Amino acid sequence: MADNDYLIRLEGLTKTFSINSSRGFRSARLTAVNDVSFDIRRGEVFGLVGESGCGKSTLYKAALRLIEASSGSVYYQGRNLYEMSFRELMKVRREMQVVFQDPYDSLNPRMTLEELAAEPLRIHKYGGRARRLARTEELFAAVGLPVQLIKGYPHQLSGGQRQRLCIARALSLSPEFIVCDEAVSALDVSIQAQILNLLLDLKEQMGLTYLFISHNLSVVRFVSDRIGVMYFGRLVELAGKDELFDHILHPYTYALLSAVPEPDPGWIRKYAVLQGSVPSMLRPQAGCVFHSRCPHGDRLCTQTPPELRDFGGGHYAACHKAGELNLSLDTGCLAEKG
Amino acid sequence: MSDGGVLLDIRGLRVRFPMRGRGPVCAVNGVDLTLRKGESLGIVGESGCGKSVTFSSVMRLVQSPPAVLEGEILLDGRDVMRMSGAELRRMRGKEIAMIFQEPMTSLNPVMRVGKQIIETLRLHESLSEKQAEEKALEYFQMVEIPDARSRFWCYPHQLSGGLRQRVMIAMALICNPRVLLADEPTTALDVTIQAQILELLGRLRRKNDMSVVLITHDLCVIAQLAERVAVFYAGRVVEEASAGELFANPMHPYTMGLLRCVPTMRTVSRRLDMIEGNIPDPACLPAGCAFHPRCPFAADVCREQAPEKRFFGERRFAACHRAGEVG
Repeated sequence: MADNDYLIRLEGLTKTFSINSSRGFRSARLTAVNDVSFDIRRGEVFGLVGESGCGKSTLYKAALRLIEASSGSVYYQGRNLYEMSFRELMKVRREMQVVFQDPYDSLNPRMTLEELAAEPLRIHKYGGRARRLARTEELFAAVGLPVQLIKGYPHQLSGGQRQRLCIARALSLSPEFIVCDEAVSALDVSIQAQILNLLLDLKEQMGLTYLFISHNLSVVRFVSDRIGVMYFGRLVELAGKDELFDHILHPYTYALLSAVPEPDPGWIRKYAVLQGSVPSMLRPQAGCVFHSRCPHGDRLCTQTPPELRDFGGGHYAACHKAGELNLSLDTGCLAEKG
Repeated sequence: MSDGGVLLDIRGLRVRFPMRGRGPVCAVNGVDLTLRKGESLGIVGESGCGKSVTFSSVMRLVQSPPAVLEGEILLDGRDVMRMSGAELRRMRGKEIAMIFQEPMTSLNPVMRVGKQIIETLRLHESLSEKQAEEKALEYFQMVEIPDARSRFWCYPHQLSGGLRQRVMIAMALICNPRVLLADEPTTALDVTIQAQILELLGRLRRKNDMSVVLITHDLCVIAQLAERVAVFYAGRVVEEASAGELFANPMHPYTMGLLRCVPTMRTVSRRLDMIEGNIPDPACLPAGCAFHPRCPFAADVCREQAPEKRFFGERRFAACHRAGEVG
């Protein structure tokens, strides 16, 4: 993937956890993220989808070096995060911030909103008190929170307002790169739309780059420019949004996308529902990670793990049969009313 | 399918929770709903709109006192509100069963799942342990739990979220209830698992000729399973219609907003339509129509008077002063 205009690049990122087996003292190894490589271009929204437990959250944490990766490297503006000293890392971290899933759990209930919004400023020693206050007021305006609330506490806010505050916190140090980890999943639908629009507006105004992680495919499709699909710790497909939806190459992507219901009672699921659930991470299978659930698997798939192959136009897929299967998804057409 | 008589009839239900030091929280403010035999009713609304409290009241799971309940809940003509403890125990599980949102927290973590389902069964039917086990196993197979025999003796933590939800469904169905209340049955699940569970629920409903109430905030889930839809806002039903009519031609501005603000696989625009403002606090609801502060069509009358239901056909109404004029 030779493209020089990237902001952050992951190369062979792997994270293995060592856990104690429940049956005794024998410890087991769990590879949550397995050899993932991709890059995120400056100014784009990179969507990452996958079912729970597929390693999405571990991936971004290792990418920001919030946890130490087992192997692989991460280049942020050309510099490897895994070769930096703590001091250097602190500097770079100003430019990389996270908006977390649950706005109820990620705010300290005993801090005022001003303290919460200014906390990153304080940690990174930005200006004096007066300057921090001014910056906080600026941030409140940017995310659409009433400035009168500045002395209030999180319990006075609704879920949507809390998430706005979390966004204000993430924005406080004028970062370049923001990870949204299920940032709208805990919100009601009417509030979800407000927050999504806010995130997109802020991106335009401040020239931000997002890594947008969600299990909600409709939301990811709406916000993203490019989408990566993860399964079982691996990146199985990567493509531009429209390319991915129009020319699916990986059977898992197909299964995932076809499972998304439409808000239309006339819509009929025309595709086979994927059977079974995500296999246990503790018992990795030989061959392709998806072969136990894949309707197209054959002997090759049970033996050799497929590489992520380039299919041109920035479309990558890790499947032995990619390109040979007919996986077209008719999302554009309205099903006949039944 | 919904030609049968009325099975469950909720009339003028109000639920208030008195709060110390301030006014009561009015969770449900006069809900009328009917559920016919074999019908599937979808209940949509955002958090705090009273949808769960309404159906917890049907099961009499809302503790009163402290909560103050008014109105009537008729199950086949018998008022659930006046039932004795023994009558309630006979009704719960046997006539009305409920699937709760969190399959993680509604199973007993220190009891094998098979044991839990046998417990439910033997409470309502005089079966021996052995017979109960056989019947329970049969239901495990019916809800398509793979390898049912070995899963039967698992503890809940050994099962995945999808399997736990199947156990919950098996437990709810085992006494062959006439009404199934499913409160956010797929919210905690992944899309591929959600698709499996929705298909299963649809199939079982047709097979057992059950009435199903599906409570969710997700319009896509409603569209999959419900024949009729009631939209809740601030403790009231603001619109009710058949699923086809509701999705094709919503009458209440809130419903219109809800349908428009959800990104779908077909959304192409780079901006979502949205409903401005926040969900009202049930402890201090706005005067007049509860939706007026967020409504793009609000007129003076909306600020002053709570709207009555306006009917646009049998069982099709919107509680909005301007229904029919706007859209």
